[in-house]
Amino acid sequence: MLKVKGLTRPDLLEASLELAAGECVAIRGASGSGKSLLLRAIADLDPNEGDVSLDGVSREAMAAPDWRRQVCYLPAEAGWWAEDLGPHFADWNRAVPFFERLGLAEAKKDWPIARLSTGERQRLALSRALAIDPKVLLLDEPTSGLDQDSIAAVEELISEIREAGVGVIWVTHDPTQAERVANRWLYLENGRLRNALPFKGANGSDASEERLIEGDAEAHGRILQ
Amino acid sequence: MNAILLSNWDLALAALLILINGALSVLLSLRLERQLLIATVRMVVQLILVGLVLTTLFSLVSPLWTSLVALAMIAFAGREVTARQERRLSGGWSYGLGTGCMLFAAGLVTIFALATQVSPDPWYHPRYAIPLLGMVLGNTMTGVSLGLHTLTSTLTRERAAVEARLMLGANRQEALLPVTRIAMKAAMMPIINSMAATGLVALPGMMTGQILAGADPAEAVKYQLLVMFLIAGGTSIGATGVVWAGGRRLTDARHRLRLDRLQQFRSD
Repeated sequence: MLKVKGLTRPDLLEASLELAAGECVAIRGASGSGKSLLLRAIADLDPNEGDVSLDGVSREAMAAPDWRRQVCYLPAEAGWWAEDLGPHFADWNRAVPFFERLGLAEAKKDWPIARLSTGERQRLALSRALAIDPKVLLLDEPTSGLDQDSIAAVEELISEIREAGVGVIWVTHDPTQAERVANRWLYLENGRLRNALPFKGANGSDASEERLIEGDAEAHGRILQ
Repeated sequence: MNAILLSNWDLALAALLILINGALSVLLSLRLERQLLIATVRMVVQLILVGLVLTTLFSLVSPLWTSLVALAMIAFAGREVTARQERRLSGGWSYGLGTGCMLFAAGLVTIFALATQVSPDPWYHPRYAIPLLGMVLGNTMTGVSLGLHTLTSTLTRERAAVEARLMLGANRQEALLPVTRIAMKAAMMPIINSMAATGLVALPGMMTGQILAGADPAEAVKYQLLVMFLIAGGTSIGATGVVWAGGRRLTDARHRLRLDRLQQFRSD
């Protein structure tokens, strides 16, 4: 049930990547390849080792909560700790503009969480993350439970956020989405990241084929300049 | 005090009730007779032994032997706390935290009572120290084991909710607070309920014991009130300690939730 047991992240995963301000890197990979574990490790939610820094400041140099406010991880299924919607937002008014963009303009503080649909929860969780104003967003399948209109709304909102300088790592299993939203593409396999070409699903090429750049075993980059 | 002393015949007569139970079980094939017999024999042997131990202790009035018996009681209570956990902390932490918190809470409260309200001469006289410790420890044990059990099981169930707060930049105290509240409530409910119901629904065993032994009811009530205050104090100190320490153990300095520090499966 609990997969974090006995996990030594360095044995499971060794990844290097860089992310510039306003950049979006899409990460793809088979189910169970460790995409979520990679994002969790970056957010320092599980024991892991490695040098991770933001704007040249190592994450060890700051308290973990400060790090996570700046490098915010949004899981595919976010957790809710109160019965109603309101207590999940430190500042409700900051989240309202995001509600409006994501088709949740009528959201009320007294909405019971149990009554919300998966798609509503997903968009509300995204609003909740955006409302704390992070510098980097780690998105884990942020549109997996959404209909086409909502997917478009989320993608448009994220692209605007990027224009304001927020870096985004976007884990998705949908190659066409990866191509739409990102300007760089990585593929996670056997615990290693590799550069990949965008997938030309829209042009009718074989959806099962993954095209990797040869001779570049590990992608290198920067987490925000 | 003029207690009515019981003869062995009196006891044998009362034990007839158990025999009738056993006979009923055989007659109606309820298959309870074996368990009933074992439990009865255990009770008789254990209580006779305790009687002997206490008689010896009371004649010795030795601080060494009194504290050894007290420590043995706490060690057994620690085992009992561990046995009641569905998912234990790995590496013996359940036993360690449970026993440590009980030692501190029950020890502190008992010594407080001996040093102030009861004050026998000498203060460590086993006639007072051991029964007081026993009553405080028994209830503290319930609180500690309920608190730790509820903490670990609720954290396992509410993992997503706790981590959601951590992801949004909460520190571990903030993220654990709803779970801490549930655990503390579970730990304190038995003593709160029993304080509310005592005298109306149930007459406490210690008080009725004193009354049967010939004490004035008003005096017995005063003693019972003292004991209830001690029990409530011991339970809240022990439960607060174990829930706090358990929460620290299941998180780390980087404010991560560390459910990997729980055993995966129950191993009896």
